[in-house]
Amino acid sequence: MKVVLRNPRREVEVAGGRRVKDVLAELKIIPESVLVIRGDELVTADQVVRDDDVLELRPVMSGGGHP
Amino acid sequence: MKCRKCGDRASIELRRHNAAFCVTDFQEFFRKQVREAIRKHRMFTEDESVLVAVSGGKDSLALWDVLIDEGYRTTGLYLDLGIFDYSVESKAKCEAFAAARGVPLLVSSVAEEVGAPVPVIKQVTRRPPCSGCGLSKRYLMNRVALEHGFPVVATGHNLDDEAATLFGSVMHWQTDALPRQSPALASTHPKLVRRVKPLYRLSERETAAYAFFRKIDYIVDECPFAKGATSIAHKEILNQMEEASPGAKHNFLFGFLEKGRAAFERIEHVELHECVRCGQVTTGTVCAFCKLADHVKRASAEGAPTA
Repeated sequence: MKVVLRNPRREVEVAGGRRVKDVLAELKIIPESVLVIRGDELVTADQVVRDDDVLELRPVMSGGGHP
Repeated sequence: MKCRKCGDRASIELRRHNAAFCVTDFQEFFRKQVREAIRKHRMFTEDESVLVAVSGGKDSLALWDVLIDEGYRTTGLYLDLGIFDYSVESKAKCEAFAAARGVPLLVSSVAEEVGAPVPVIKQVTRRPPCSGCGLSKRYLMNRVALEHGFPVVATGHNLDDEAATLFGSVMHWQTDALPRQSPALASTHPKLVRRVKPLYRLSERETAAYAFFRKIDYIVDECPFAKGATSIAHKEILNQMEEASPGAKHNFLFGFLEKGRAAFERIEHVELHECVRCGQVTTGTVCAFCKLADHVKRASAEGAPTA
């Protein structure tokens, strides 16, 4: 399964057939820090992803200088 | 996972609320939190025009979107920081948003007002870029609001921003900063407009989800100067705490606002004057913004690049 990461943009391959939370744990990503996007929808941590899925892990953190 | 309200398949889980929502019910939850923030802190009324500071990011555009939807009279303010392609792209996002919704957008350029864009200010002052940038933004937001007759400026600060700022202030026991941390800062001088943060009850994951569901085209890439910023490090620490104990960020911030802040408020006493140069409010004789502009001018006269 392909996972697209941002900042910087890159792609990694991981095994599918398991829950989103297990994929995040393997990539050492805290669920609170990303949106998990599949196509045009968000997926929750308990959903099972397939080998042919493409997930985007979009970081939600903004920082530095807010007004 | 099922939506807490309608029982359909959930699209987002909010562990701190021990809840999950479908797309429609999450948006209603989000709007309710904004309404509650505005009501509780009397941020503004339906009769007032609100200047919304927008950066092209998820928080400020989500805020603008909600306020328009709720029927408020709003105008956007984009501050052009001159940070390479990042500023070009973020300005385009704000302009596209304003055009699509038929709402006005004001633009103010830091390079024109200070004499140089943020990357040059960073070089000239030899201070972290967020320092000169934040100073310029706070000053210009207030000045533009005054010039155009807005009684209030709304910013997209979310729960994570506020918790990280509080964390930083507590780590250094900055007792002068603590009383100023509030979802709504009243006008304490005729030349200071009210500043409010209607998203302070919502985490940045929630504002990102709202922007995604509303198909808001925002800039996902981070400001090139944010890498290594202390506020990011504090957010990461707080997220680890949140992972171990959902609700930790909420409890930290709301506990301070409800129980701690008043204790620091009592000991703060600041006398405000008008800057002898620009007339804006300052605690000294010449304001920090004019000092920054002087610094840039001097460096430019000595041959440093200002473009």
